[in-house]
Formats: sequence, structure tokens, C-alpha cells
Amino acid sequence: MKQLSIGILGAAASVLAATVSFAQQPPVKIGLILPYSGQFADTATQMDNAIKLYVKQHGDSAGGRKIEIIRKDSGGIAPDVAKRLAQELVVRDKVDVLTGLVLTPNALAIADVSAEAKKFTVIMNAATSIITTKSPYMARVSVTTPMLNESLGSWAAKAGGTKRVFSMVSDFGPGIDAEEGFMRAYKEAGGQIVGSVRFPVANPDFAAFVQRAKDSNPDGIFAWVPGGVQPAAIGKALNERGIDPKKMKVMGQDALASDEALASQGDLALGIITVANYDHNLANKLNRAFVAAYAADYKRNPDFFSIGGWDGMHLIYEVLKKTGGKTDGEAMIGAAKGMKWDSPRGPMSIDPETRDVIEDVYIRRVEKVAGKLVNVEFDTIRSVKDPVKARMK
Amino acid sequence: MAGILFDGFAYGMLLFLLSVGLSVTLGMMNFINLSHASFGMLGGYVTVTLMQQLGWPFLATLPAAFVISALVGMVMERFMFRRMYRATDLDQTLLTIGVVFMSIAGAAYIWGTVQQPVVMPDYLSGSFLVGGVNIARYRLFLIVVALVITLLMIGGLEWTRFGAQIRAAVDNQRMARGLGLDVDRTFSLTFSLGSGLAGLGGALAIAMVGLDPGFAFAYLIYVLIVVSVGGLASIWGSFVAASLLGICDMAGKYYVPQLGSFLIYLMMVGILMWRPAGLFGKR
Repeated sequence: MKQLSIGILGAAASVLAATVSFAQQPPVKIGLILPYSGQFADTATQMDNAIKLYVKQHGDSAGGRKIEIIRKDSGGIAPDVAKRLAQELVVRDKVDVLTGLVLTPNALAIADVSAEAKKFTVIMNAATSIITTKSPYMARVSVTTPMLNESLGSWAAKAGGTKRVFSMVSDFGPGIDAEEGFMRAYKEAGGQIVGSVRFPVANPDFAAFVQRAKDSNPDGIFAWVPGGVQPAAIGKALNERGIDPKKMKVMGQDALASDEALASQGDLALGIITVANYDHNLANKLNRAFVAAYAADYKRNPDFFSIGGWDGMHLIYEVLKKTGGKTDGEAMIGAAKGMKWDSPRGPMSIDPETRDVIEDVYIRRVEKVAGKLVNVEFDTIRSVKDPVKARMK
Repeated sequence: MAGILFDGFAYGMLLFLLSVGLSVTLGMMNFINLSHASFGMLGGYVTVTLMQQLGWPFLATLPAAFVISALVGMVMERFMFRRMYRATDLDQTLLTIGVVFMSIAGAAYIWGTVQQPVVMPDYLSGSFLVGGVNIARYRLFLIVVALVITLLMIGGLEWTRFGAQIRAAVDNQRMARGLGLDVDRTFSLTFSLGSGLAGLGGALAIAMVGLDPGFAFAYLIYVLIVVSVGGLASIWGSFVAASLLGICDMAGKYYVPQLGSFLIYLMMVGILMWRPAGLFGKR
């Protein structure tokens, strides 16, 4: 695996570095582990863009200490590689903070390192509930899969007005989590699951599964696929089978209606309902500024990976300010607990008990606004906590 | 049932279009060309770029995808692959897998890691009903293109002068040279034909499977399965194998979804145990 550039970030950062000097204190080192290459490379691009933007806007120091980011490429789903990189970062590079972590298996693999080396660890994306229970120094700024899908499940049965839903998900950890979350909440709210299917993660053609869904005659379809090429493929398969999201409720998590998926599907995507913790279309002032700055630098819109990177950096900066530059694990996680801030995604905080994120969850529909397909949020569920951890107690 | 057959056959044709170029380069020329799907990816990017940047209609981009991939294939054959025809299988594997990695990094550098939008014209999207069977337009289009290519390839190899030259050059290179055939030129053209077909297959596939730099690896396994099950050197074998795999995969996913993608591998193992050289393989 190639190692990515080590060192200080960006031109703006170095300008700032010249004006401020912290000669007496060594820099705070942040080990950033992302899948820069392979199947999930684009998620790393989106996240790292937001991280660079945060450093550009907020300077390269916090709590009186300079920030140095060390980037490591974990490739795709590779827990062994992620763990080795985390060990190297701790032992050789002497980092103070571990962060990044798009994929659940990778995040779980570095939990031991975080716990044993007592390193403050910020999960910027990986969304399986249990991750944060594996190290007492971990905090998460993204979202959990059950938070989103249980919210969607209750919404679908109550406000959504569906009675019979067919569920189709990718057959691996996050997909199964999503299925269980959606079904549990949907049944609790009085809905009926008329059938379900789990398809292989690498699946080029969805026709058979969509046909199965159609044959069970549902009034709604819940579909969960990872981002990338699959959301558009499933949208096209629905269209081929004459399933129109404007008539039958097609529901899923954010990636199902990502910008790329919408661009490939065109008007076929109109009416798809998704649940998300962030969208670049959110109408608040912070978000407008964030999206404008992001688009100016990177010529595209930020997504939920970007917002994870952004808020992850924000948490690290704020924690350093609060500890006055102290970087031991106890001090940092102590400062992170209960921290509240306004993010472009809306108000959010770190749950002092579980160190997991608390935030608003949005229900959105694909609509055409000024000739462009966008996700318009029409329902908000306030201050959602991870429901799995609530049940663990 | 008829719907499953149709969808499965169309999926098979997708696999066939992706792999027919490989039955030429790997199958006929006996060159372990793992970079095949990279040429498919190139064709995909040609189509996407022409559609988006220059506003070409989808159908017009298909010949361009063929030609550009064929030209790139020809250049690479001339400067790189030609030297490796007599090398061991392992050397060929290493070289071409290196090309795959370079193509992925190259695509990410030029087009970015982002997934490319592939918007089909209206006459190729949606579906219509024939006797209660749901016929998706794009699938029908794939089937027609695949049948045309099969006929052209089989006919071209059997009955044209160039086809005879290819067969001669592949079967016995020394004899062919001795008879005055320009074997180098034949090989060069054959390799670029294979690359062009790969590009065309990629351009046709992206409407269904999407396109990002991961393409070069994601579909490599499927094309290798099709070519090995069909038997090397047999266009007809690839056609039959692709249809069989497509239909069984689709039926399996519909009736026994728990088996999921496993079925295609089970079939491969079963068929290769029964006929190690593939369905129509001779060596």
C-alpha cells in the first residue's frame, strides 16, 4: 500500500505556521487512517477534502499546539492492515490521536490499539453501534446505522403510511444492521414485513431481487446498498420492473440517493425517500457557508463522509482547546464527553455516557428544485441517540 | 418464469460482451491478459466522457469506445505485450496485473475516484410488456448487440481471409511465418481487436453496473469465469457459457436468494470438474 504524504497540510497552513510559533511545545500528531485506494477510495477523498478545508479555515494549531496530520492508506476492508497501521502510528510516529476510519471492520480492528495505548480516537464514519464500546477512548462524530434505519422504520409505518414493506439489503455487517434496525422499528410501529432478501455485496444485477420484491406485492420497498455504483444500479432495476418511486414508497439510507446515484438515474429517482444525518442541501447558514467553501475548493458537493471529517476535526480542535493542549487519552476523552456544538448538519453533541453522537435525523425525498435533483428534507427527528446502546443498559 | 429467462439471458449477454474480447486475447492468442477489464474500463470512460463533455448521443459513443480501446491496445501490444508472448504464464500475469493497478490509479487521477453518471436515452430505459413478460429495453438492446457480435466474430474467424490468418498464426506460428504470413502484424491486429471488444463491452456494461476506477478489478473475475467455463479459443463457448451462467445466476437469485452470488462459482467448479478444458475447449 502506498503511503500518503506525511506532514503539514496545504499552503494556507504553512502561511499560518510562519506567523505563529510554538517552539517550546512539540506538535500534536494525528494519525488519519482512510481507504485512499480501492473500492472505497472516493469516500476517503470526500472525507479528506473536508479535513483539509477545516485546517485551512481554522489554522493548523489548537490549544496552543501545532497540529500535524499523518495520513495512512488502509485500502478497502482490511482490518489487519488498519491494525498494523494504527500500531505503527502509535509506536513509531508517536501519534496522540487516531482518527479517520470509514469502514466498520477497520475501526473494530484498531479499537484494541486505542484502548491499550490509551489514545483518543475519533470515528469519522464507521457506523456499526458496538464500535465505541470497544475502547473507552473512542468517540464517534458520524452516525450509527440503527439510528438512521430505526428512525426510518418508525417513520415508514406512522407518517409514511405504508403497511406492507419488502426489505432488500446487502449481505454484510452494515446491511444486516440496517435490515434489523428497520424491521424492528417498522414492526414495533405496526407495519408488516412481507418479505426480505439479502443480496451479495458484489452484485452486478439486481433484476432477480427486484422481481421477487414486486411479486410479493408490497406497498413499500426498503433497500440498503453501500454507496458507489450500486444505488444507481438498483434504481435502474426498479425502473425496468416498472416500479416508480413516485407511486410506491422506495426507502433507504442516505447513499441510496447520493449525488452520483441521482446523476445516473435522472428523473427515475424522483420520489425516493431516504434517511440521513446530513445533506448538502440542508438549509442552515453554517451549512451554506460550508458547502460554498467546499465546492469552491473541490468542485463538488460535500456528503456525509465529508461532514464526518469536518466534525471529527472540530471535535479534536475543541478538545485540545479544552485540555489546554494536553493529549493523554483520559484528559482528551474526558473533554470530549458531553461536548456540544453547531455543525453544518445541525446541533450535535457527544453523549457523555456512550461517547457516541447525538444529532438530528432527517427524512428526505428526491425532488426537482430549479431543474436539479436534490434531496429535500421534509421531516426531522430531533436529538436521536443510538438505540442499540440504549437497549444494552 | 419467462421473465427470469429473459433477464438471465440478458445478464448473460452482459457477461458475454464483457468477456468476448478476452476469448480473443487469452483464448486465441494464449496471452494471460488480466488487464482485459482495464480496457473495458477505458471504453466506459470514453463513453462517459464523450456523452458528458461533448454531448454525444450514447449510440455514437460505442464505436468510439471500440476504436480508442483498440488503438490503446495496439500501442501497448507493440511496446509491451509483444515481448511477453513467449514468457511464462507467471510473468504474463505479473505484467498484466501491474497494468490493472496502473489503470486504476490512472483512472482515479484523470477522472477522480467518484462514480460516473451514466444516463441512458429514453428509448433505452424503462420496459414494456409482451404477453405478461416484462421486457426491459436496455436488456433487449444488449441481447441484440451480443448476437450481432457473436455472428460477426464467428463468421469473421471462419470465413474471412483475416480470420484464417489469425487461426494459422495462433495454431502454428512457425509454419505461418514460413508460409509468408506477417504474424507480428496479425497478432497486433488481433490484440487490438480483443482490446476494442473489451472497450465496447465496458461501454455497454456501465449503464447497468456503473463506472468507477474499481471497474478494472470488479469484473475481472466474471470475465475469467466466462472464458474458462466456455473453453479457451471458442467464441461460441463464451456465448454458451455466458448465457448459461447468466440464466442460472438469475434463477438462483430469484428462487434461492440465500445462495446469492455463490451459485456462479458452484457452477464454475462443477463444469470445470466435468470438463476441465471448459464446455467447448480443445486444450
